[in-house]
Amino acid sequence: MNTSALITMILAQGLVIGAALYFFYKVLTTPPKAEPDSYSENDDEPR
Amino acid sequence: MSQSNETWGSRVGLILAMAGNAVGLGNFLRFPVQAVQNGGGAFIIPYLICFLLMGIPLLFIEWSSGRYGGRFGNHSTPYILDSMVKGRVLKYIGVFGIFTNIAVVSYYAYIESWTMSYVYHSVIGTFDGMSQSEVAGFFASYTDISQTTTGIPYEAVVFYIVCLCINTFILSKGLGGVEKVAKIGMPLLILFGVVLAVRGLTLGSSGASDAFPLANAIDGINFLWTPQFDSIWSPKVWLAAAGQIFFTLSVGMGTVHCYAAYVKEKDDIALNSLSAGFMNEFVEVVLGSAIVIPIAAGYLGLDWVLNNAGFGMAFQTMPFLFQQWGPTLALFAGVMWFGLLFFAGITSSLAMGTPWMGFMADEFGWSKNKGAWSFGLIALILGLPTVFFFKQGVFDDYDYWAGTVSLVAFAFFEVILFSWVFGINKGWDELTRGADIKIPVAFKFIMKYVTPLLLGWVFISSLPDIYNNITHKDTYNREAFATSYYAEKIGGTTDEATVKEVTENQVVLGFTNTKVSFLKAENKKVETPFEDQIVYEFEEGQVPSVMVGQKIHAGDEIAIGEFTNKVFYKNIGRLMLLSLFGFICILVYKAFNKRTKEGRATA
Repeated sequence: MNTSALITMILAQGLVIGAALYFFYKVLTTPPKAEPDSYSENDDEPR
Repeated sequence: MSQSNETWGSRVGLILAMAGNAVGLGNFLRFPVQAVQNGGGAFIIPYLICFLLMGIPLLFIEWSSGRYGGRFGNHSTPYILDSMVKGRVLKYIGVFGIFTNIAVVSYYAYIESWTMSYVYHSVIGTFDGMSQSEVAGFFASYTDISQTTTGIPYEAVVFYIVCLCINTFILSKGLGGVEKVAKIGMPLLILFGVVLAVRGLTLGSSGASDAFPLANAIDGINFLWTPQFDSIWSPKVWLAAAGQIFFTLSVGMGTVHCYAAYVKEKDDIALNSLSAGFMNEFVEVVLGSAIVIPIAAGYLGLDWVLNNAGFGMAFQTMPFLFQQWGPTLALFAGVMWFGLLFFAGITSSLAMGTPWMGFMADEFGWSKNKGAWSFGLIALILGLPTVFFFKQGVFDDYDYWAGTVSLVAFAFFEVILFSWVFGINKGWDELTRGADIKIPVAFKFIMKYVTPLLLGWVFISSLPDIYNNITHKDTYNREAFATSYYAEKIGGTTDEATVKEVTENQVVLGFTNTKVSFLKAENKKVETPFEDQIVYEFEEGQVPSVMVGQKIHAGDEIAIGEFTNKVFYKNIGRLMLLSLFGFICILVYKAFNKRTKEGRATA
């Protein structure tokens, strides 16, 4: 690969991969809000 | 049971469903082709800027609007907009958010059915030993419904109906069904994509053959990522980038609103929208760029890619390329490629069913079953012309009106409504309520000024094209029924052709066309002329009216007799689309009357 292509690819893909991983990691590690929330799987009692 | 009692199972499930809604066939087929045609690596700069200035703000606006409307028990755009802005007319703008989905799914499910069929054909080894032209010919015979490749009569129609039934069955299980498919489909899609991308990136020159001795996958990757800075200031490139961002995120459809309407007021939407949006970008920029172009360049060479890059490559070229890996790997590659496209398609088509179901549940108390099967039935009735008259251009016409014009028009209206009528301050409060991430306040300015301007530019730029389509200026055979047939646009260097051959049912025109070659040493594209031809085939009762050697220009008569032109089939399709829009307007009006009687109407 030529250098300018390699730099553009690494920068663009690095930015996208980094942001996608960061935001998904934040989703996974943010504590859920108090019940009742929007999601049924974490309910104590089935609705 | 009313659908409004529904909830998402988990936050990850919601994000995967929302990402699945956005990830579609275009991520793997449209993005790399757009990049190749618009300056290679230079395209990524306007693309990412448009994602920042138009894509992310639109996601914020649609998630916020959806959650806001959901608070009042509204799960589709007519009454989501109505809850945001009082006014009798605005709910009819929201009709786009149901209409677009049904219209798009009616032909989108047809492509989805091709992927199902191609998985089947990859498994039974239909493509074994086929040449490139035979694989392309297979696609042509598959979409010609009078022919069969499996022995099943009307095979393409059967696969289409099976595909719609699968969608409808999953939809009848409600959000839970959609979420389950997203939780299985998205990881599998990413896994298949990564395997094929690794193959594309490591193929190198191992695919070179006697026919294509210079083929090298690295050339494809180089071309895709080398910035050609002379094209970066071209408005055409920016318009293409804005268009790609717009279509890849599935905004302007009403599906994001619908999914977000099931999120409660105190729960986050800011981080969710960013996570789903960047997941789509990962599939597009990382995986989408590493499969079709490198693999095609690896076997057929960069020049072939530059001259043939297009949507059809997925079905007309890839099965042939996989054959070069041997029968066993070809089977796995075929299943992974078409399986990947199937998952990309079904997670989007399922999303398209939810606004209709949400609307009918909210307004008329329809059950999930009733909502889903009625959706499937309407999509089938609307979609059959795209299957039967595929070659007559009905499919492309649906894609233009429902899959392009409607989206841009609705997105433009909703941005104006959100930022200027509902008010950016109220909108910002809605977006940041319960947010698990701090959104830079600059986005408030971007959403109010920059996004509407960008969208307005995209919309206004498309107006001449819309006018040409309405008036059938894209063809010289503008009458539904005619006694003369005229030559269509010739193209090439001179826009003039010479009649080379005339038989009872065929006219062959020769003309000078250009093909693109890439000069590696100088790192630039050059166009070279070559002799090309156009073949017009005629049926009984149609007689060529030209002689060998005659000069022909677009619009010149080339045959006489009785002709039923494509315009006739397109007009039928347009009538059906208009009828659907009118039908949904009537339903919204009936819902308004019902709400008035029940004392729930807002205006």
